[in-house]
Amino acid sequence: MNFYNEMYDADGSVREHYKAYEAWLKATPPERIERKRAEADLAFHRVGITFAVYGEEAGKERLIPFDIVPRIIPSKEWKALERGMRQRVKTLNMFLWDIYHDQEILKAGKIPAEQVLNNAQYRPVMQGVDVPAGIYAHIAGVDVVRAGAGEFYVLEDNLRVPSGVSYMLEDRKMMMRLFPELFAKHKVAPVQHYPDMLLEKLRAVAPQGISDPTVVVLTPGAYNSAYFEHSFLAQQMGVELVEGRDLFVKNDVVFMRTTQGPQRVDVIYRRIDDDFLDPQAFRADSALGVPGILKAYQAGNVTLSNAIGTGVADDKSIYPYVPDMVRFYLGEEPILNNVPTYMCRKPDDLAYVLDHLPELVVKEVHGAGGYGMLVGPASTREQIEHFRKLLIAKPDGYIAQPTLALSNCPTFVEEGIAPRHLDLRPFVLSSGKCVNMVPGGLTRVALTKGSLVVNSSQGGGTKDTWVLED
Amino acid sequence: MLSRTADHLFWMSRYMERAENLARLLDVTWQMSLVPQSMEAANRSWAGIIALNSLEEAYAAKHATVNGENVLRFMTTDPDNFSSIFSCLRMARENAHAVRGTLTTEMWETLNSTWLEARGKSFEQILNSGITEYFEWVKLRSALTRGTTLGTLLQDESYNFIRLGTLLERADNTARILDVKYHVLPTSEEEGASDFYEWGALLRSVSAFEVYRKVYRDVITPDRVAELLILDRDMPRSLHFCLASVVKNLELIANSHSGETQRQAGMLYSQLRYGRIEEILKDGLHEWLTDFMDRIYLLGDGISKDFLVPMSEAA
Repeated sequence: MNFYNEMYDADGSVREHYKAYEAWLKATPPERIERKRAEADLAFHRVGITFAVYGEEAGKERLIPFDIVPRIIPSKEWKALERGMRQRVKTLNMFLWDIYHDQEILKAGKIPAEQVLNNAQYRPVMQGVDVPAGIYAHIAGVDVVRAGAGEFYVLEDNLRVPSGVSYMLEDRKMMMRLFPELFAKHKVAPVQHYPDMLLEKLRAVAPQGISDPTVVVLTPGAYNSAYFEHSFLAQQMGVELVEGRDLFVKNDVVFMRTTQGPQRVDVIYRRIDDDFLDPQAFRADSALGVPGILKAYQAGNVTLSNAIGTGVADDKSIYPYVPDMVRFYLGEEPILNNVPTYMCRKPDDLAYVLDHLPELVVKEVHGAGGYGMLVGPASTREQIEHFRKLLIAKPDGYIAQPTLALSNCPTFVEEGIAPRHLDLRPFVLSSGKCVNMVPGGLTRVALTKGSLVVNSSQGGGTKDTWVLED
Repeated sequence: MLSRTADHLFWMSRYMERAENLARLLDVTWQMSLVPQSMEAANRSWAGIIALNSLEEAYAAKHATVNGENVLRFMTTDPDNFSSIFSCLRMARENAHAVRGTLTTEMWETLNSTWLEARGKSFEQILNSGITEYFEWVKLRSALTRGTTLGTLLQDESYNFIRLGTLLERADNTARILDVKYHVLPTSEEEGASDFYEWGALLRSVSAFEVYRKVYRDVITPDRVAELLILDRDMPRSLHFCLASVVKNLELIANSHSGETQRQAGMLYSQLRYGRIEEILKDGLHEWLTDFMDRIYLLGDGISKDFLVPMSEAA
């Protein structure tokens, strides 16, 4: 398979936007690079930018490997990507409003109603609830990859609690600390204002009539894998980081327990899944949530960000319909490509998938984090046969896609600098009519040779992402 | 601020202060054990440390005999002993981790790297490079934590809760050190030169040796040592100093139901502010210190109920 290389073109010459970096890399003594890499490791450890890995020893924290070769995106490519992102996220928010109100798209027959209404992520409790400004996904993390000759494809839309933005910010900080001279040579668009932008969005979607809203970040706690990020964002925005036990609901209003008594909370940037939010409404065994918070939310006394029930729009079984949604709601052609997707619930698709397993990627419809997926070309016969059984037993639980020739980028690994596959997760913020992004995102890189799975839980690393200004 | 945040800050600083005072206490005991004395007397001092922390049972489960090396091992690097320096540093870091967004970057990095370094120190290594060096390290890390707090943290409520934790813990610990040492140390005048070293070591354990010289310009006597550690207004580890600061910080964070706790703190403070050492000694120092420690405990309990773990949703 031929892969698109971010740094070199097909003839092996350096792409225009990588020229200055490549020259610098050639001129820099390897010892200096090595020293800087060690410095970065130490700094990340000291700062404690770690994540917990489920299934490993409790409380154990691991660093996400940071690679010092940046992923560079020229301005023109970024602008197109940005336009596509805005279009897509705007559409998804319109879809969510529609689904939880008049369901025009179902009436028009664009999506089979049972695909939405029988979806576990569809929340009947949200039916008819008017969320502020009609926005459900205030924060979206849309995963894109480049394949073929360099076209971008959307891999998935993360509309529930997308994470990783702290790595985007910390990677930039680290790069600037290690190699300040590079930033003098390149016009790298800044990303550090992300927390400000986020706070502004969260304040903008406060319940009506609240002029100076109190915003908090709700975390499952210090042992959650993304705790660093929760704490980082709360700190950067200057708001309280709360756990479920810090909040209580009285008369459908949410309060936090403070040293000066109860204080009203207006906007909750929650980093807890729907299922755990309210033991009275969802999972009764959840100790992370706040009893009664759903009623407070339905009464319009508090804004949850993201809204409850966004999962119905980023579910892998809904993903294939997003291009049609763009056409339906906006009357525009989608700017970003979807990856062609076989829906195994359809007998024809299933038959095709079963015949072509060794060349396909199979994903669980509700899976995430790189767990529960099959990468056909990289799998053993046993693994493929295992998935075949799973597919036959529960076809509607899976989708399949052609294995994309993900682009790669030179990366520091044990044997030196070698190409590794990567993806990109830009973060899209919405409130009312405004959809905003900081130029960049989180670039994840699969550090294992040939691997196409970039998730940090599967040994992926990160790179600083540079959008160059003209 | 969030009650839970205040709770973590309060305990973060208590554990760090506890680690420091434990290092001080172990250091002075170690120093004293180097002065010629009977084996029995030496082991009595080591047993005193275990008793001081009410750890007799936990200790007996691990070690058959009480001696210097065993007690040091148990109280420094033993992860199973929740009162060891290792455990205190771990708890300080865990509390900090839970509220790391409230701390400044410098504070968090100091606490985190203290813990990472502590984790890398085995008892054998500590012994090899000199146990005093380890105690110096603990004191230094505690001083660094205090310093970065003072130098970088906004002096708002979070600072007040951190100070409260530090000073309440310190008052308790100074009282304990004095209580355990006052009675094992010789007081009769005939005993000679060893007094000087032993009382000197006690003063050093609270960094008060030079202070004593400055304040009294005279030979070291037990009563004056007690006076300095209990009643001196300006000595940063004296009970008087600690309570003055507790009262001040409590005033700054007062809320609608903390009146009783403030009154208790004020009463304890006035005993120190207006007390005389002769009266304290007349009623028995041990009795007085025991009562003091009980009241410090109640004060901590009151702070906890008023601010840190509100019982009901009093809305």
